[in-house]
Amino acid sequence: MIIPLNKEAVEVKKEQDTIFLRNRIKECATKTGMGLVNQTKLITAASELARNMLRYAGGGNVLVETVSKGRENGVRLTFKDTGPGIPDIAMAMKDGYSTGKSLGLGLPGTKRLVSEFDIKSTPGTGTVITIIKWKNG
Amino acid sequence: MSNQSPDLAKTLRKKRNDILELWMKNQLADVSLREDLLTNEELRAQSEELLDVLLQNLNERNIAEVESADFEPVVEVLSGISISRAKQGFTPRETGLYIFSLKDALLTVVQQELKDDPAQLVTAVLTISKLVDSFGVTTFETFIKGREEVILRQTDEITEISTPVIQLWDNILALPIIGTLDSSRTQVVMENLLQQIVDTGSSIAILDISGVPAVDSLVAQHLIKTVSATRLMGAECIISGIRPEIAQTVVHLGIDLSNIVTKASLASALRYAFGMLQLDVKKTIREK
Repeated sequence: MIIPLNKEAVEVKKEQDTIFLRNRIKECATKTGMGLVNQTKLITAASELARNMLRYAGGGNVLVETVSKGRENGVRLTFKDTGPGIPDIAMAMKDGYSTGKSLGLGLPGTKRLVSEFDIKSTPGTGTVITIIKWKNG
Repeated sequence: MSNQSPDLAKTLRKKRNDILELWMKNQLADVSLREDLLTNEELRAQSEELLDVLLQNLNERNIAEVESADFEPVVEVLSGISISRAKQGFTPRETGLYIFSLKDALLTVVQQELKDDPAQLVTAVLTISKLVDSFGVTTFETFIKGREEVILRQTDEITEISTPVIQLWDNILALPIIGTLDSSRTQVVMENLLQQIVDTGSSIAILDISGVPAVDSLVAQHLIKTVSATRLMGAECIISGIRPEIAQTVVHLGIDLSNIVTKASLASALRYAFGMLQLDVKKTIREK
């Protein structure tokens, strides 16, 4: 049972917005008492997903939440866009696969950086990615 | 839309002097009058110009259509006033109130003119309110646009100044990167670095990323590109300033930086560079 403690929505429409997003996440993560390494992992993951959103979907919204499950606290981020969607998620989750000219590490790398990773995508409608990083996860 | 006060625009034009006097009286009576920023004569000239251009372009057709293209000259004058006021140090509130005080003057005149016809008065009041409100919004937009231009210029300046290339030693260049490394900054960094390699004939470049808050796959890709470009120029590139948390993140992300010489600190990168150049740093023993 995951209980959200507080939430905030951040719009990501241009590259500069990712800096604001990173700062908000850092604030939330610091509040939960997350260590520097986990904070950096979470922020890097968020930065990957925000970039994907900008690059492939022209931007979207991010919901930043502080959540708690039992005795564990953490940060949950929900990335929502109304872009073209991902036709083959299994392929997109493979290392080194990219439809753009990037390293192809964004999605699989993000999954390795966070505690929980969930992706839902409908081609033509958009993509929703939810990640959770637990304080000690 | 069409069956309202058939001669509202004409009435206003006829009453032009009354409106101006009333408007000026309102403004001068206001406690927030900023005589320190704008003299009364200048204020009068400014107000007269705005009122004239407004009345000239006002007609029965467009008075109810605030989006009409006929108002372009008005918007132009208005934008000019808003920008010049912003530069003179007026607050957005003061500029907004300046426009809204025109509404008071217009309404007072209309009230006197149409006091025998309440139905028409209401329509006229609504029309004028809508018109002046839209002008008020225009001043805000211009005000913010002016500010945004300042911010954009500052952003450009930051990218300019934040990528200095330093010559640490003969043949050794260092480039401390501070802040986020996005595509446009990478371009600037790479250009500066490659140009300096040519200018100084250096054979080793140290890229210090201590000041980069997060290294994600795109930043890493940019770094790899910069290193490859440096190598093409015949120089070796060392990346320094990899903090422990960054190292862990990079490994988890699965980025392969093993082809690049990386060091934890700028000092160890410099030591490595000395080694490559077969230089030796020694403590001298002074004879007493």
